Amino acid sequence: MSTTLLLIQLLNGLQLGVILFLIAAGLTLVFGVMGFINLAHGVQYMLGAYLAVYLYGLTGSFLAALVLALPLALLLGLVLEFLVFRHLYDRDHLSQVLATFGVILFLNQLMKVLFGPASLSVPPPAFLDFSFVLVDGLLYPAYRVALIAAGLLVALGLWLVITRTRVGMLIRAGATNPDMVSALGVNVRRLFLIVFGFGAMLAGFAGVMAAPLYSVEPGMGDNLLIVAFVVIIIGGAGSIRGAFVAALLVGLVDTLGRTLVTDGLRLIMDPSSANQIGPAIASMLIYVLMALVLFWRPEGLFAPKVAR
Amino acid sequence: MTDQTDIQAPVAATPRAPLIVAGVLFAALALIPLLAEIWGGAWLTSLAVRAMILAIVAISLDLLMGQGGMVSFGHSAFVAIGAYACGIMVTEGVYEMALILPVAIAAAALFALISGAICLRTSGVSFIMITLAFGQMIYFALGSLAQYGADDGLTLWSGPDFLGTRWLSSDMGVYVTVFAVLLGTWALVHRITGARFGRVLRAARQNPTRVASMGYSVFRYRLTAYVIAGVIAAVAGVLWATHAAFISPSLGAWQRSGDLIVMVVLGGMATRNGALIGALFFILIEETLSSITHDWRLIFGPLLVLIALFARGGLVGLLDRVRGPK
Repeated sequence: MSTTLLLIQLLNGLQLGVILFLIAAGLTLVFGVMGFINLAHGVQYMLGAYLAVYLYGLTGSFLAALVLALPLALLLGLVLEFLVFRHLYDRDHLSQVLATFGVILFLNQLMKVLFGPASLSVPPPAFLDFSFVLVDGLLYPAYRVALIAAGLLVALGLWLVITRTRVGMLIRAGATNPDMVSALGVNVRRLFLIVFGFGAMLAGFAGVMAAPLYSVEPGMGDNLLIVAFVVIIIGGAGSIRGAFVAALLVGLVDTLGRTLVTDGLRLIMDPSSANQIGPAIASMLIYVLMALVLFWRPEGLFAPKVAR
Repeated sequence: MTDQTDIQAPVAATPRAPLIVAGVLFAALALIPLLAEIWGGAWLTSLAVRAMILAIVAISLDLLMGQGGMVSFGHSAFVAIGAYACGIMVTEGVYEMALILPVAIAAAALFALISGAICLRTSGVSFIMITLAFGQMIYFALGSLAQYGADDGLTLWSGPDFLGTRWLSSDMGVYVTVFAVLLGTWALVHRITGARFGRVLRAARQNPTRVASMGYSVFRYRLTAYVIAGVIAAVAGVLWATHAAFISPSLGAWQRSGDLIVMVVLGGMATRNGALIGALFFILIEETLSSITHDWRLIFGPLLVLIALFARGGLVGLLDRVRGPK
């Protein structure tokens, strides 16, 4: 494989990693701070993408759709929190899995009813509708570069909020020892609400940004959600830094694995069997990675020192 | 190992009510082919076969969840392993069930042993997530089997033989076989739960440290349960392939694992009949709702939320409450 192809794969891996981070960031906070396992977080991503489609249809502008979609995604997240999730914080994980699974089934089907089962798409904004020339004949779309940049910016902003502000301090404290935070007189319910709404908005943002790249269809968040959980387990629940590192790691391993594994296998076996086994191994790679991490460090790579 | 003191069961006498409920359920299931004969509806037997196969899987999952406190979110992978063992062997020209079944069981046991040994290093949410990851691994691995249909699935043009006969190609043969396996599974799990093995599992769910200090290897007991449950699910997978004559990776999709958890919780965890009732009820709801509207999940989703929020103890718990306080 040539260096340019490798570069493109690297960029693609980075881009997947950024989207994964946007989803995993909210998930890891909700999970780390509240101990709440939210399977419906992938649905927030899907809602973001559908909001982008709908609002783009209304306004005809991607940027307007993005700006309008963010508060709406936040609102939808808060509505879900109010209706369902806040009644589950004190319950066992099984009830949480069950209820959020129900929410997934409902919202996936609702999107199918409202928008039809076919996959939809949104064009990228006009000013990003060009391509960078990597070398002669090899182009890389500017929108993908913009997505990577936006994702990294959000990551930076999030890092600043978490490490430099009072809310961030409370969130970190909550991830380490929620009971003590509550005992010190912090309104934990409100903290939960902030964390939850913020996480929903980030996932919604990921959905809007992903809408021009991937097909927008019911259930589009489900598989990404599973991968986001892989990210959280690898990074350590409750750690934004862990989520960031793990998201990029998983994005790169998954993307590069799909080409490199098959190429590597060709060196040791005949091409036809390499073409068969390669994709199978590649799609399992991130799960193997997660199993390895769990085996050596069951609490994840960057888990906050939890005192429970 | 030296001689260990038994962990005493908290309640000595086995209540008779669950046995009666089970008896009624099995009698009803046994009568379904007759009813189908009278009404002439092959769909009724087919529906019952599907429900019974899912009940087998649900009972095996309840051994993990209810007894061992291990919420596996990848249990459908074992169904898929069993189904694919059957499908692949039939495609390769091996039709004899007496050969297929041991291979399916061995494959599932091996996978359960390896994945279980890794999964059981964790507990709680991590356990849920890592079982999910292993389930996904199987799902993607099956989807990349190009010569066995990949994502599109595999049609079994001719079903497996049973000791050289075509017994499993008749509707009645499949029905009787599935019924017998369900009965056997129920009896086996009933026996396991009542035995010392089950008591150790239950005790370890409540207080693993204490059980370990009594000289039991919690890990070994849990792993054994994990393997047993996986093997039972794989047998159900073989039956599914035989009955449906079509298999696809979606058998092992994580949504199917979610459905299985729903069945167990719906019926009531760690009760003798909960998983059985839950699976039958699940199929019933699915069939009823989907006959009302194509978008039955719009009703089913909120129903799940309500069950999670309000119905503690599932349907069996509801039955108990109706019968009045003890």
